[in-house]
Amino acid sequence: MRGGLGQRAARLLAPLAIGIVFLAVWEAIVRVEGIPSYILPAPSAVAQSLWVDGPSLFGSLLVTLRITLAALAAAAFFGGAIALLFSRSRILELSLFPYAVILQVTPIVAIAPLIIIWVREPFLALLVCAWIVAFFPIVSNTTVGLNSADRNLLMLFRLYGASRGQTLIYLRLPTALPYFLAGLRISGGLALIGAVVAEFVAGTGGAETGLAFRILEAGYRLAIPRMFAALFMLSLTGIVIYLVLDLLSRLLLRRWHESALNEEEE
Amino acid sequence: MLRGVTKRFASGLEALGGVDLRVAHGEFLSLLGPSGCGKSTLLRIVAALSEPTSGSCELHLGGQSGKAIPAGHIGFVFQDPTLMPWSTVRANVELPFRIAGRVRAAERDRVAAALHAVGLAGFEGSYPHQLSGGMRMRVSIARALVTGPELLLLDEPFAALDEITRLALNDDLLRLWEMHRPTILFVTHSVFESVYLSTRIAVMAPRPGRIVADLPVSLAQPRERAVRTSPAYALMCDSVSAALAAAMAEAPAP
Repeated sequence: MRGGLGQRAARLLAPLAIGIVFLAVWEAIVRVEGIPSYILPAPSAVAQSLWVDGPSLFGSLLVTLRITLAALAAAAFFGGAIALLFSRSRILELSLFPYAVILQVTPIVAIAPLIIIWVREPFLALLVCAWIVAFFPIVSNTTVGLNSADRNLLMLFRLYGASRGQTLIYLRLPTALPYFLAGLRISGGLALIGAVVAEFVAGTGGAETGLAFRILEAGYRLAIPRMFAALFMLSLTGIVIYLVLDLLSRLLLRRWHESALNEEEE
Repeated sequence: MLRGVTKRFASGLEALGGVDLRVAHGEFLSLLGPSGCGKSTLLRIVAALSEPTSGSCELHLGGQSGKAIPAGHIGFVFQDPTLMPWSTVRANVELPFRIAGRVRAAERDRVAAALHAVGLAGFEGSYPHQLSGGMRMRVSIARALVTGPELLLLDEPFAALDEITRLALNDDLLRLWEMHRPTILFVTHSVFESVYLSTRIAVMAPRPGRIVADLPVSLAQPRERAVRTSPAYALMCDSVSAALAAAMAEAPAP
């Protein structure tokens, strides 16, 4: 790679520098204009709140994270299973896919109250909400992947008398893996959004309160720095989820897929 | 082998119109013709990957005939290497055995032998993306040969390769054929390639696809590079070209 190290440093330093400048300008404006912290807290006030409320916010974050990860796992499992079912039967795909689309395009905020009424267990209700948001990218991507097997390879499998199961395991599943992982990366962020939206709608998560509820609560009490601190933790969580899934994808595909190959190897 | 085979696609296109063809064991037959004359379709019908609309295709392989040809008696090489990118070279060549459900020491030896035969010993652990186009095609040939097929079907296997690689693979294919003597059906649209490689050339014409000339190639065996510059080779290329030109002229202009 030409100038590989310099480029990597730039990739890290450039956004970091922008962030620092942005925070500094923010801090300066708040101080110079004397904006009260219940309208716009200075970054220093948010940092302070993060330090003070951090431990309790972190506890709430774990609640939200548990829902997110459970929903993502369920989305990966059922999304993959539904896609498999679709690839086995064209009729099933044709008749059920539109409903998956309907479920996807209906705003989760609108269905969440219903789900919370129907599903008594709060954790389960939130899980279902987050799952509905997260499962579609996996279903649609994996379905495309399972149907994308190379036509000549399919013929070759037929020539050697492969069974449907063998074609699935040796050909369709490996072909679908990159598609599935791309779907999973999208779903990771969506699961978090779904969990947060569901918490907003549910209002209280029972004995344990998630991060979304803490944001609402901080809003009611005009504890805006804490609100920002919670927001910061939420987006940080989203970024970490994305990075972890991206890493997983790279690890699984590093030997062969274009997306994970280094330029120098090609 | 092929009797009055026709093939009409759902779109109404008549890909093959009454093809009769007998191929003897151990023959190297080239199917030569312009694009769209049904060469590939013919190959697929022979491999039972496609059903003829009418007529029949009878194979006598492995002591069996008709439709009961066991897997592994036919090898197929496509224009693209058609490798599984997620598998190593070894796993790609091993595929026919894996599908058959037996990969033991004997099969592993045959995989190693097939890779050795195409000059790829030492690349077993490589992935397709690490290889050049010519090497990938060699892997594809090794995979087709690994089961020791009696019939080898090649569908313009070298069309996408550069000239130098193509000539090298021509020689390698000849050597492999001389060693194992499988029956070869070789689809190409290169006159020079077909004359250099085959013992017989069937010239095809399009719309509908049919065989318009059947020419034996009586050049010295084994073929070596020197053949390419011999007068007999030039003469043969000339007459095959003439047959091809006649086939093209006879068909309505594309």
